[in-house]
Amino acid sequence: MWRSLRDELHPGGFELVTVGLDTLGDAGCRAFIEAARPTHPSLIDRHHVLAELFGVINIPSSVWIDENGVIVRPAEAAPAPPQPTSGPRLALPADAPQRFVEIMAEAAKIRRDTEAYHSALRDWVARGAASRFALSPDQVIERSRPRDADKARGHAHFQLASQLETDGHHDAAVRHFREAHRLVPDSWTFRRQAWSLEKVGSDALARFWQGPDPKSPDAWPYDGDWLTDVRKVGAENYTEPWRP
Amino acid sequence: MLLRSLTVSRSEFEAGTGWTLKPEGACQGHVCIPLSRPAGDTVDVAQVAGDMGMPLVEAAEHGLWALGPAAVGSRALATAEAPDLTLPDLDGNLFRLSSQRGRKVLLYAWAPY
Repeated sequence: MWRSLRDELHPGGFELVTVGLDTLGDAGCRAFIEAARPTHPSLIDRHHVLAELFGVINIPSSVWIDENGVIVRPAEAAPAPPQPTSGPRLALPADAPQRFVEIMAEAAKIRRDTEAYHSALRDWVARGAASRFALSPDQVIERSRPRDADKARGHAHFQLASQLETDGHHDAAVRHFREAHRLVPDSWTFRRQAWSLEKVGSDALARFWQGPDPKSPDAWPYDGDWLTDVRKVGAENYTEPWRP
Repeated sequence: MLLRSLTVSRSEFEAGTGWTLKPEGACQGHVCIPLSRPAGDTVDVAQVAGDMGMPLVEAAEHGLWALGPAAVGSRALATAEAPDLTLPDLDGNLFRLSSQRGRKVLLYAWAPY
């Protein structure tokens, strides 16, 4: 989807740079990248430097950067390009656990401003600085995520947790992930990353369970989980409305 | 930025934090934070962290530290000038965002979970 948009716009001076945010690095991202067969740079961000450097709090999201290396739109939700034909919807197997049925139902309610976002993107690629969707430097700073000293500290705890997990110190990692969640409560990626490391089962869906194992619910080391947290805010508020 | 030591080279510090060390201080675009001592070839991380208001969190039992972002103003971005993001691809080749000057770039964050 993104690749065909990139290939269409590339001759006009546009590049797509995709970044997979995952503590598991190549091992977590490889199958997805190889399936997408990217023609553009496709990078691995093991410790979520995109959160620290650009204020990314959720995926999928995007940052637009002009020809001079100046950000013209800070991190915001980036819906997939509109599809020319509506293909078959992703269907769960009939014997899928109830949790996945519920996750899919909530995910379907997540707001996606596909048309507004993608017409703005095409306008910017065609018109550059003259596009009304290219924000001024002051607007870019003002629209980037709020960050106080606690949030800055939470980012350090997250990176520490991610490296500790990589080094095999899972219990220590959990302690720092929890601290990151407490200090940066608006980051979905910090939570989803930590939840995804508590695999339930061993199949391809193990990292998407993102909640307590029904066989040992007391072993879940986090306060929230995907279903509980999404229902708490309402799936329709999971991403902020796109604004011109 | 992750650290195995509290003394790092200037280039490691600059790549890890997105701040360039200049005579006038640590700078991102036109924003500069003065430092109590000018940085040399090596950076005393604890000192610079104190000067810049960067949180330094430790897992001392594992010989590991993490330096968080400077809280400049009240926003994630101190400037609209993009930092020179440097990350590897699947083959380990390092990509630098600055290699794309002259093109419009859509930086897209995704995750396999």
